Amino acid sequence: MYDAGKVIIGIIVFLVIASFPIWYAVAGGKSADIPELEKAAKGDNCVMETEEMRAAHMDLLNDWRKLVVRDGLRYYTAFDGEKVEMSMTKTCLGCHPNKDAFCDRCHNYMAVNPYCWDCHVNPKEFE
Amino acid sequence: MGIDRRGFLKVSGLTVLGIASGKASETFASSDSHGHTSDGTTKRYAMVIDLQLCKEQEGCTDCVNACHHVHNVPEFDNRKDEVKWIWKDSFHHAFHEQEHHYLDKDIVNHPVLLLCNHCDNPPCVQVCPTKATFKRESDGIVMMDWHRCIGCRYCVVACPYGSRSFNWRDPRPHIEEVVDDFPTRTRGVVEKCTFCEERIFEGRPPACVEACKHGAMAFGDLEDPESRVRELLRDRFSIRRKPALGTEPEVYYLV
Ligand code: SF4
Ligand code: SF4
Repeated sequence: MYDAGKVIIGIIVFLVIASFPIWYAVAGGKSADIPELEKAAKGDNCVMETEEMRAAHMDLLNDWRKLVVRDGLRYYTAFDGEKVEMSMTKTCLGCHPNKDAFCDRCHNYMAVNPYCWDCHVNPKEFE
Repeated sequence: MGIDRRGFLKVSGLTVLGIASGKASETFASSDSHGHTSDGTTKRYAMVIDLQLCKEQEGCTDCVNACHHVHNVPEFDNRKDEVKWIWKDSFHHAFHEQEHHYLDKDIVNHPVLLLCNHCDNPPCVQVCPTKATFKRESDGIVMMDWHRCIGCRYCVVACPYGSRSFNWRDPRPHIEEVVDDFPTRTRGVVEKCTFCEERIFEGRPPACVEACKHGAMAFGDLEDPESRVRELLRDRFSIRRKPALGTEPEVYYLV
């Protein structure tokens, strides 16, 4: 095989450049710019454990939607036994009043674009 | 000694009749005049509008304003894009099948308040391919799940009362003052009156009923014989829109 050394060096250089973002983040000890979310304005905990909420809030909201609109039920018992109204505007925004410092920051980071706010009202927007 | 043809027909005829009448008496025993059954826990919400009282308040639109305000209903400057939950139209348009020459001119010449009739047998529900429109069994309210509506407008065509509006344009810029505890809608979605189910759950009357200072509107549960709506329907003569269609509208008009 001709020029095997050069080809192998070329491949190595290519791999190093292509994987740069990964090892740079690993070497830096953190992935770039994990968003800081604003702490809840009131209450010590959410309606589910924080970890669970982080992973499954979209499923919870989907369930709430179904229970309220289709079954006419309104209250949800949180994991600590507290009863809350199944309302994004009243309950979620009640503790996290700044949509941009909470919802948006994470959604922008994850590049997901839910259309909740096409209909549901963010009161701050209309103040 | 077998049974002859005539005898056989007699016996089988009687048997069929017997089965049929048995079925019929069962059906009538467990249901009311609407043909729907009640176990005492379900409700059947209805509205009663007093045309006499309403006509005395020439030009009053308190109910319309209240409803459209609390539900973020947009106001467009042309009829083509109009979105309406509750509105007024002529007696002729509302009750054209029930007109005759000798009706009280006072009533006939006055606009009638119209809204979704929350029909017991709603054609809009039958045609909706996504089940975005559905009738809630617990209280009979014909609801819309705006999350699911794909804007196909089958329901707009199916509703014989013109109770549904389509959002041709983004409604938000056309809402004078956005109320933040009720969602707005988006372009491409159909909407209509929901009997204020969000208020009923809090034990409050619908916004229009509350706004009418003249007591021309009443709201309540038809399953409850003591309710205000039942009382009014007992004491006064009432009509409904297009009763011949069999949709069983649950908005009643006292004349
Ligand atoms: S009035 Fe029209 S929209 Fe309302 S329930 Fe009846 S058919 Fe459906
Ligand atoms: S426009 Fe929406 S509510 Fe009406 S029939 Fe189509 S999906 Fe159902």
